[in-house]
Amino acid sequence: MMISKRRGGLAAASVLAAAALTVASCGSGGGASQSSAPASSGAAEPVTIRVQTFGGGTNFGYKNAITKWNAEHKDIQIKEEHLTDQFEQQYWPQMIQWLTSGTGAGDVVGIDEGGMGLAKAHPEWWADLKEFGLESRKADFPAWKWENGVSADGKLFGLGTDIGGMSICYRADLFKKAGLPSERDKVSALWPTWDEFMKVGQQFQGKVKDTKWADGTNTLYQVYLYQEAAKNGNVTYFDQQNNLIVDKNPAVKSAFDFASTMSQQGLTAKLRNFTDEWAAGTQKGAFATVGCPSWMLGVVSGNAGDGGKGKWDVAAVPGGGGNWGGSWLAVPKQSKHPKEAAMVADYLTQAQTEASIFTDFGNMPSNTKAQQDPAVQGAKNEFFNDAPIGEIFAKSASSLQPVFLGVKHAQVKNAIESVIQGMDDGSVPYDKAWQQLVDDAVKAAG
Amino acid sequence: MSLDTLPRATRNNHRRVRPPGRRWASRFDVKGMPYALVSPYFILFAAFGLFPLAFTLYYSLYDYDLAGTTEWIGLGNYTALLGDDDFWRAVINTVGMFLLATVPQMLLALFLANALNKRFRFRLAIRMSVLLPLVTSVVAVAVVFTQLFARDWGLVNWILGWFGVDPFNWRAERIPSWIAIATMVDWRWTGYNAIIFLAGMQTIPRDLYEAAAIDGASRRRQFWQITLPMLRPTLIFVVLNSTIGGLTLFSEPTTFYNGNVDGGSQGQFQTVAMFIVKEGFREFDYGYAAAAAWLLFLLILIGAAINFLFVRRIGGTK
Repeated sequence: MMISKRRGGLAAASVLAAAALTVASCGSGGGASQSSAPASSGAAEPVTIRVQTFGGGTNFGYKNAITKWNAEHKDIQIKEEHLTDQFEQQYWPQMIQWLTSGTGAGDVVGIDEGGMGLAKAHPEWWADLKEFGLESRKADFPAWKWENGVSADGKLFGLGTDIGGMSICYRADLFKKAGLPSERDKVSALWPTWDEFMKVGQQFQGKVKDTKWADGTNTLYQVYLYQEAAKNGNVTYFDQQNNLIVDKNPAVKSAFDFASTMSQQGLTAKLRNFTDEWAAGTQKGAFATVGCPSWMLGVVSGNAGDGGKGKWDVAAVPGGGGNWGGSWLAVPKQSKHPKEAAMVADYLTQAQTEASIFTDFGNMPSNTKAQQDPAVQGAKNEFFNDAPIGEIFAKSASSLQPVFLGVKHAQVKNAIESVIQGMDDGSVPYDKAWQQLVDDAVKAAG
Repeated sequence: MSLDTLPRATRNNHRRVRPPGRRWASRFDVKGMPYALVSPYFILFAAFGLFPLAFTLYYSLYDYDLAGTTEWIGLGNYTALLGDDDFWRAVINTVGMFLLATVPQMLLALFLANALNKRFRFRLAIRMSVLLPLVTSVVAVAVVFTQLFARDWGLVNWILGWFGVDPFNWRAERIPSWIAIATMVDWRWTGYNAIIFLAGMQTIPRDLYEAAAIDGASRRRQFWQITLPMLRPTLIFVVLNSTIGGLTLFSEPTTFYNGNVDGGSQGQFQTVAMFIVKEGFREFDYGYAAAAAWLLFLLILIGAAINFLFVRRIGGTK
């Protein structure tokens, strides 16, 4: 084929074009994997409010509450979108993209405590719930939970859902197998301190070979970290001025040392929480204990399925209380139905709703009226062998202290957990792990 | 081709009959229409190719925090990247997985195509069936392979156990993780490449083989001396295609770690594409990610050039 000069130029251009397309396709690799959200429905039909949540198992525990609402409100239907199990690595980055690009986010979105620093710093992302009269809810929440939902410029953007609290979830049947006491009071008495917790673990490991004492380093590291944080000014990775203090805060170092010891003693099943393998391990009995804030009860029961019913139980945590986790609900400014969305957020955080979520799934209410509800105080959890979860969590709920988390907490938390997980799975040597933890935290915060 | 001469002649004819008002329309018909007809590609390309490309280049020169500020830093992102161990680790992972996946894939596809290029019963059905892995969704593939390569209850570790091999922790050990991902890639793409090779093989004239057979060349000899050299243009295409695909690997390693772009606790199998997504959309360092995307483009150009030179020598050119 003869190619004229002009066509030659065209051919060259199309070769360039093809090459450039390749780059474009790799540049947009992230975008391609993200699902785009459907447009909201027209005004004539019932309004659909999309509630976006995260977390494993039964996550926010909204199943029954939403069914109830949808039956009573034909004009406003709630649709829950459970996006992913992982908050820091998947849910929050995706949410930030949606919030900055102005499209894609749900009408009501859940935010974990780790994302609240960044959420507060960007009031422009959120609708002001005061406009819908939700200022009146102030008396329903502990002051710190309420204030964390107020942005720097005084906008009310988030309403509290659940809070942390602490316990240890354990497999009573496996304890029996190892010749340990299996009743929850006796189990709690086994481990007043973490040292004793590890000693019992070694006893257990001596008897039972194919099951590990703990799921991994992570859940217990977090429980330990939040306990220690309460003793060190209620800060973890950042101080109140948002300076990184990973290497200066004794709480981080001692929690790291604890995780390192657990791992070196071979007490962990080396599973990272909120992964498929971890969920499978919960189901197949790969480990006997998990660090359990109240909301983790729903995760464990959801992962274990009906087969785990009655096998699991809840005992006290070694070393006293602490507050790990808890979330807020916010209405993004981009929502087409902010009024209805605010009504839904209001409903989902009402005392009655939060109380029923606790009794059904275990997520501890942040709503103080719900905490005082006798049904909550006396609640038992069927899955966990009728454990008196009201007694375990609700009694201490009012004394829980908020832990300050910085703007970049989510990134730093992920970097630190990756090092601790790497230490457990053998990819980071124990003697180099601390230095790497500090280095990676600095990098993630930068 | 002499397309130019024909329209000119037609136009001259029309000039006499048609009123002057129509001249413009007719001229457009001849001069403009071809461009209008091919324009959808270029418009789409400009919107989805050129614009993102320029946009990426522009922001690679900025310290652009997706949830914050934008500040001009020139080549700062590039120099930082070249000194970033994490980036280099991702490059090594990408190249390593590319080699682990592509070399066996090319050989397998070649032999598969050669086998399919014979006369046998149900030929069409069997030829179609090698394409099946390609139509399955990558997520489904990843789910299955994630289970196969699970540390605790995985089939692969179980089988290795029969031979007294200790179980691998497929997500924590670097080389095993590469192997697992390379297997996933191969399963999906070998059949696809085999079909392209097969198409190439069918263009080779039969009489070459007949002549070779008469001269006493064995089947194997025919493959090496006739099939492979004649297949070179197809080989070049497939290898370049695989280079681009392999160096932008993203879905398989991401789904292998629960949809997490970290690629293992210490980035054991994080590819450059995953690194870009992590920096851009999780650390919100969009400028840095944009610079990394451009370096990946360079890497692909280098990879393509090396492979092109390599493949060109295949099959007996002196």
